[in-house]
Amino acid sequence: MKAIAAIFVVCLMPCAALAATPAEIAAGQKIAETTTLGNCDACHMFQGADEAGNIGPVLKDVRAMVPDRKLFYAIIYDEEARNPQTIMPAFGKNQILTPKQINEVIDFMYTK
Amino acid sequence: MKLALIVLASLWAAPLAQAASQPDPAADLQGFQGYFLKRFPKVPLAAYVNGPYNFSKSERDQWKQIIEFPPYAFAVADGKTLFDTKFANGKTYASCFPNGGIGIAQTYPMFDAKTGRVVPLGVAINRCRVANGAAKLSLTTGKLADIEAYMTSTSDGKPIDVVVPHDPRALAAYQAGKEYFYSRRGQLNFSCASCHVQAAGMHLRGDVLAPALGLTASFPLYRSSWGDVGTLVRRFIGCNKKVKAEPEAADSTAYRDLAYFMTYMNNGLPIAGPGARP
Ligand code: HEC
Ligand code: HEC
Repeated sequence: MKAIAAIFVVCLMPCAALAATPAEIAAGQKIAETTTLGNCDACHMFQGADEAGNIGPVLKDVRAMVPDRKLFYAIIYDEEARNPQTIMPAFGKNQILTPKQINEVIDFMYTK
Repeated sequence: MKLALIVLASLWAAPLAQAASQPDPAADLQGFQGYFLKRFPKVPLAAYVNGPYNFSKSERDQWKQIIEFPPYAFAVADGKTLFDTKFANGKTYASCFPNGGIGIAQTYPMFDAKTGRVVPLGVAINRCRVANGAAKLSLTTGKLADIEAYMTSTSDGKPIDVVVPHDPRALAAYQAGKEYFYSRRGQLNFSCASCHVQAAGMHLRGDVLAPALGLTASFPLYRSSWGDVGTLVRRFIGCNKKVKAEPEAADSTAYRDLAYFMTYMNNGLPIAGPGARP
């Protein structure tokens, strides 16, 4: 288990270029739509979201919107760093999501 | 903290930028109301008391149906009965308030020069009870909310008229309330202004976020999701929990000051309570 975690951490960035598995995408969707986790649809409309809010921009053609995965990670980790006024929560910095969960959300969002 | 306030203020309520120097409630009020009037030119000042209904047709239609048989009517009736019931010593609530408690809700929260503290209507009702040998009631819901609903109904349509006297303690309380309103807190790190100024009129999932202007005018109010009538502090507690912040005590100085600032910002708007929300 430890070994797997180590491999995971080591290849976090390089491996990100590889295609996400359906399981990762499904996990990301669950996180994105769960109120106590990502809760992304509270503020963002994306295809398939139920009763989505409109405080943030619509998440559509996300690969074109944020092609740089590192930047996408940073936006979810701590958007306040980019825009101190934002009301998008700092999911990573404030420990709402783990790095693994953030990556799963990104995998899911890249299918939108 | 001061710095964050200034940055915030300069972005979406420029006239509040004088925050760092001497508090100037009158100037804040002008800036605050002017900000919303400019941002939503189609919404007239008095309409802000209807909160989310200015921004969502479906909610407005639901509301029109709801108020045909107002769900707060029972609370008003029960509140009147309680209000008129004598304490063990033979006195009534009327003895504690100017004008027998009728048509005065628009002047609360009130600064009490004797104690140097802000007294919202709910706290004044409890003070009256204690002065007449009765126990305090819960400040969030139940009998006290009913009494408040009745007293507020006798002020329906009267312009909100909260006074911040030239007393350094009153100004400090006002300033503390203002800082509470603009400070981020909780795991989500939101301020009241994040949702009710910055994202005002937008959808947070299914909810339309009511603008901060007018936010206090319909309290106490019936909320379908509560299933009964609740007071302003009940809402404060709920909104603190939403951002995963530790709520304050219902009678805390922090909430009194917050209510003082928020209600002062609504000065001139008509009382529209008790109200009803989805
Ligand atoms: C409470 C509101 C809120 C929540 C919850 C939220 N966001 Fe955002 N998001 C915003 C806002 C507002 C912006 C606009 C940019 C800013 O404010 O800095 C934004 C910006 C973004 C952007 C940048 C878009 C661009 O044009 O660059 C992405 C990508 C994004 N959010 C993804 C997400 C994901 C994924 C989640 C869930 C894990 C999420 N957001 C949760 C409010 C939110
Ligand atoms: C995460 C977003 C969010 C934050 C932060 C927030 N609120 Fe709210 N608030 C809501 C929602 C959603 C509602 C219900 C919809 C509405 O009526 O605006 C609401 C409703 C209210 C209402 C009732 C308005 C009405 O007409 O029914 C009051 C008063 C209020 N909030 C005060 C506050 C105060 C004070 C703070 C800060 C301590 C705060 N809110 C922070 C989301 C928020």
